[in-house]
Amino acid sequence: MTAYSHTLGGRTQRFRSLKDLMAKASPKRSGDTLAGIAAKDDEERVLAQMALAEVPLKTFLSEALIPYEQDEVTRLIIDGHDAAAFTPVAHLTVGDFRDWLLSDAADEATLAALAPGLTPEMAAAVSKIMRVQDLILVAQKCRVVTRFRNTIGLKGRLSTRLQPNHPTDDPSGIAAGIVDGLMYGSGDAVIGVNPATDSVAAVITLIHMLDAIITQYEIPAQSCVLTHVTTSIEAINRGAPVDLVFQSIAGTESANAGFGINLRILEEARDAARSLKRGAAGNNVMYFETGQGSALSANAHHDLDQQTCEARAYAVARKFEPLLVNTVVGFIGPEYLYDGGQIVRAGLEDHFCGKLLGVPMGCDICYTNHAEADQNDMDTLLTLLAVAGVTYIMGVPGSDDIMLNYQSTSFHDALYARRVLGLRPAPEFEAWLQNVGVFERGEALRLSETLPRPFQRALSSLA
Amino acid sequence: MDRPKNPTVANPWQALRQFTRARIALGRAGTSLPTGPHLEFQLAHARARDAVHHPLAIEPLRKALEQRGREVIALHSAAGDRLIYLQRPDQGRRLDLDSHRRLEERASRSRGGFDAAFVIADGLSAFAIEENAVPFLDAVLAKLDHGGWRIAPMVIVEQGRVAVGDEVGQVLDAETVAVLIGERPGLSSPDSMGIYLTYKPRVGATDAQRNCISNIRREGMSCELAAHKLDYLMSEARRRKLTGVKLKDESEAPSAIAAGKNFLIGS
Repeated sequence: MTAYSHTLGGRTQRFRSLKDLMAKASPKRSGDTLAGIAAKDDEERVLAQMALAEVPLKTFLSEALIPYEQDEVTRLIIDGHDAAAFTPVAHLTVGDFRDWLLSDAADEATLAALAPGLTPEMAAAVSKIMRVQDLILVAQKCRVVTRFRNTIGLKGRLSTRLQPNHPTDDPSGIAAGIVDGLMYGSGDAVIGVNPATDSVAAVITLIHMLDAIITQYEIPAQSCVLTHVTTSIEAINRGAPVDLVFQSIAGTESANAGFGINLRILEEARDAARSLKRGAAGNNVMYFETGQGSALSANAHHDLDQQTCEARAYAVARKFEPLLVNTVVGFIGPEYLYDGGQIVRAGLEDHFCGKLLGVPMGCDICYTNHAEADQNDMDTLLTLLAVAGVTYIMGVPGSDDIMLNYQSTSFHDALYARRVLGLRPAPEFEAWLQNVGVFERGEALRLSETLPRPFQRALSSLA
Repeated sequence: MDRPKNPTVANPWQALRQFTRARIALGRAGTSLPTGPHLEFQLAHARARDAVHHPLAIEPLRKALEQRGREVIALHSAAGDRLIYLQRPDQGRRLDLDSHRRLEERASRSRGGFDAAFVIADGLSAFAIEENAVPFLDAVLAKLDHGGWRIAPMVIVEQGRVAVGDEVGQVLDAETVAVLIGERPGLSSPDSMGIYLTYKPRVGATDAQRNCISNIRREGMSCELAAHKLDYLMSEARRRKLTGVKLKDESEAPSAIAAGKNFLIGS
């Protein structure tokens, strides 16, 4: 194992390995401290960043941070690396790579062509020496477009997942959340329900219900019930109308084993969903969620820092050509991301790394009640991510998910971001919103004050 | 002269509030949240923050269980206090040395082990345990006693996480362990309890080896339904000798939910 060092003014700082260097170069966060791998002080952190800046990018191809023989995610990364795509940056160090990314040489086309030539470790390394504005500027230049029943990720668009969760999966409770979201222009990324149980029968019932709503109201959007991938496969086998298959994924084989999955199961799920041929606009059928700290929480991090583990999850994601991928950045709790500042930085890092690797990256901008964070922190991250061109965010009624017990972005929040930055929903969905009468006709996205007729009919029978 | 217009717009779907406690139909000022619901949210957040730091009242819980003829062992995790608990999940997953020793001593008096152990942990909401643990145990233990299960003494763990049940189950030599734990408090639900079931609990077990029943509280899943589900899962775990992703919850859902009927479709 190669050792690394950096000398400055007579002080020489040594790092045991590339993995040690990556961990110590990571901007401070509680999870790396918990793992016992963080820099011992601020100076050591910056010296690590200086040493990391001198590491040639191609080192990451020869020095695996988690051994090739032990981990199928490492094998996926190494075996799937596109050497030809890597050529334009193959001669650069990590520090040079930052400069190149910021330069005019890196535009939408060159970055898209480069993505298959980058490994997650390269993306993670360069992010560690980038400031917030760098993470935003470069991510904004990346474009990743995916399709199922509509088109996600186009320039000038900000999509939303409508998340109408209910603690007992009550059908009318979920439907009420869906109406609230649709009437605020939410749902183009997916109408996605986290079920309260993993019961196959209950999941199939929800899948049918969402399909019936989308069909009856002719909504150009896709549905998803966010259950374990094996439950979705079982639902497909039993004839359920599955649009997207969901799974939480992580960046190491053993962390994925903790989720009860591996690459073969994900491939089986993708093939099963594709066989249904339900996407009118495209064939991106997978929906993945990730989050810094998931590998450490499963004790499956191999002493690798949590942000590099997270970037490796995007290598897993991109293999399966997903419609949607989002980090659930503040969900995991203060032991991994302690406060608003750490959550904001992590959200921007995740979005940057995902986009650089060619993943349709969204973000669940969120926090829990045991973290040192509040709505102001979420407004900050929302604004920064919207400027960075985040593919989609969540839409939860009033920011309060009454099933998962955490706070995410609301329908109002999405409209705030769209309004201050002139962003619009996916084109097919935008046309539906105008045709059905959620938005008034015209260029500016102005909400109507009356309930569209099809929904008036549905509500007319209610007291 | 026109009356000045109210700067907020009310949503004409207020009737849907009868179906959910989610924050729907809040209205809007422009496209933003009006002052009323904005400040209500701030108050709920302040209360939920306080709930995280509320300590579990051990003695009333012990008394209630003992009155029901259960032996009770009150233990503590390796996380000394709340602040450590929040930042060191590893310590919340293990018993402290004194607790481990006391549990071993108790286990040595029950050779042959138990069919099932119950662990009651404060988790992130002691309110949830104070509200739901005893009614839930009444419901599920009635079923299990009827089925002839050999139940271990009730174990209470302060500053405990889900995986502390692995150590407890292992030391007690229990075939399955069910951990009742306070879930992270939501804005509208500071009192939600979860249950995690693990077959053959061993220190180091992963979440993929567990089954979970969540949102047990007065306005979420009832104790009766949760007991029905846990009884099903425990029986299946015993029969198939496993828990986790390979054990699906196939217990029957109530009929209204099973049909998926709602006001939006079918009319």
